[in-house]
Amino acid sequence: MAAEAPTMRRTPLYEKHAELGAKMVPFAGYEMPIQYEGIVAEHRAVRGQAGLFDLSHMGEFFLKGRGAGATLDRLVSSDIAGLAVGQARYGLLTNERGTIVDDVIVYRISEVEYMVVVNAANIAKDRAHVLARLAEDVAFDDRSYGTALVAIQGPRAVEILASQSDADVQALASFGVTQARVAGARATVARTGYTGEDGFEIFVTSADAAKVWDALLAAGRAAGVKPIGLGARDTLRLEARFSLYGNDIDETTDPIEAGLAWTCKLDKDFTGRDVIAAKKAEGPKRKLAGLVVQGGVARHGHEVTQNGDVVGHVTSGTYGPTVEKNIALAYVPTPLSKLGTVLAVRIRGKDVPATVVKTPFYRRPE
Amino acid sequence: MSNVPDDLKYSKEHEWVRADGDVVTIGITQFAQEQLGDVVFVELPEKGATVRQFSSLGVVESVKAASDIYAPISGEVVERNVKVIEKPELVNSAPYGDGWMIRVRLADKGELAQLLSPDDYRSHIGETAGAGGD
Repeated sequence: MAAEAPTMRRTPLYEKHAELGAKMVPFAGYEMPIQYEGIVAEHRAVRGQAGLFDLSHMGEFFLKGRGAGATLDRLVSSDIAGLAVGQARYGLLTNERGTIVDDVIVYRISEVEYMVVVNAANIAKDRAHVLARLAEDVAFDDRSYGTALVAIQGPRAVEILASQSDADVQALASFGVTQARVAGARATVARTGYTGEDGFEIFVTSADAAKVWDALLAAGRAAGVKPIGLGARDTLRLEARFSLYGNDIDETTDPIEAGLAWTCKLDKDFTGRDVIAAKKAEGPKRKLAGLVVQGGVARHGHEVTQNGDVVGHVTSGTYGPTVEKNIALAYVPTPLSKLGTVLAVRIRGKDVPATVVKTPFYRRPE
Repeated sequence: MSNVPDDLKYSKEHEWVRADGDVVTIGITQFAQEQLGDVVFVELPEKGATVRQFSSLGVVESVKAASDIYAPISGEVVERNVKVIEKPELVNSAPYGDGWMIRVRLADKGELAQLLSPDDYRSHIGETAGAGGD
């Protein structure tokens, strides 16, 4: 720890995490809470009631100008040109080789302004990637370090946020974004998240972060809201089969094999489009498949085998507290990605049976 | 802080031993389960297997990570806790009770002398906690 200390960043909510007894770990250059009470209890709180997340480590880029939409439409795989003001969309930053630089959400804030939320570990890389491809009539502003992000996720998130906001958050559509006041602070509020539950992400200046955090935690106490660490964030997102950059997707993976073809609008021009379209046409050699493992927890890097031969590798794996199964994502040859195929995951030298299953592992009740 | 019963012996790797004649019961400590977090999987040797002092006898997996369980003493496994395999959360809720791991027929009683007393173990986790927390 001592060697890392000088370079480690803290979010504006660091003191709050300490007061709440969080276990802190280094993550993407930040000291982040991995858990407070325990991963399983926190996971269940989000599925059952609501949870509060400090995601201030995430990066926020702002692109402004007449050409901002067109620039982002070329940089991002999904339909950014089709975004109305007040809408957000998930997409991929891709490179000329047709592989994945990052996965992002683009928010159209106004007629001429967009916010792009990027992974913390990729801020510097993404900034360089975007700046190298920026049109002249677009102003770029990286506000990652001045912006805090508090997420409230879970079935009761909407009522808790409504009690602290002047905006009609109930009426905000999924992937909608609006300007509002939360606990008196000026905020950008979006109905987005990474848990598989209904929920909101609230962007405020770092100075306002503690105020928003405290207000939501206090307002949600009766409803059972809990602070949630990165540990449960990972189990929640994996049950919902959301990709984790650096684990499931990176610059060696393409959107087709990663199961992210739905994010690629192939009838427009974007970086790497031709390569990706060709991969889609010929069909991927391997696919990211969902596995249920019987007897042991698969982890990132474990080998996937069939009849003792290594055929692939696990990119994410955990125990899923809601599905109550050991779940994993793994790249396997396309013929072996068929539902019901029985493979194995090599855990500590032993081949443990694993069945290819439909994903997401968890879907929230309607 | 952590519960360290006075009637047990301990290993530096955070296992406990309850000696009861030739057969001893082995589990992991309250401190160990707190460090691991929610235990979701336990792998234990079969009845009849042999374990060697300070060698791995099995694995506990929490949501976050896998950790070896080291045998605090050598001997033959006479029983393994089927309940803890079916309900791994017993390791968290009752580490000294229903969350026990295996029972072993001692190969060498002398090995017990190499284990830590409750007081020694308390100061051991005091050190560990201090070193890990800063």
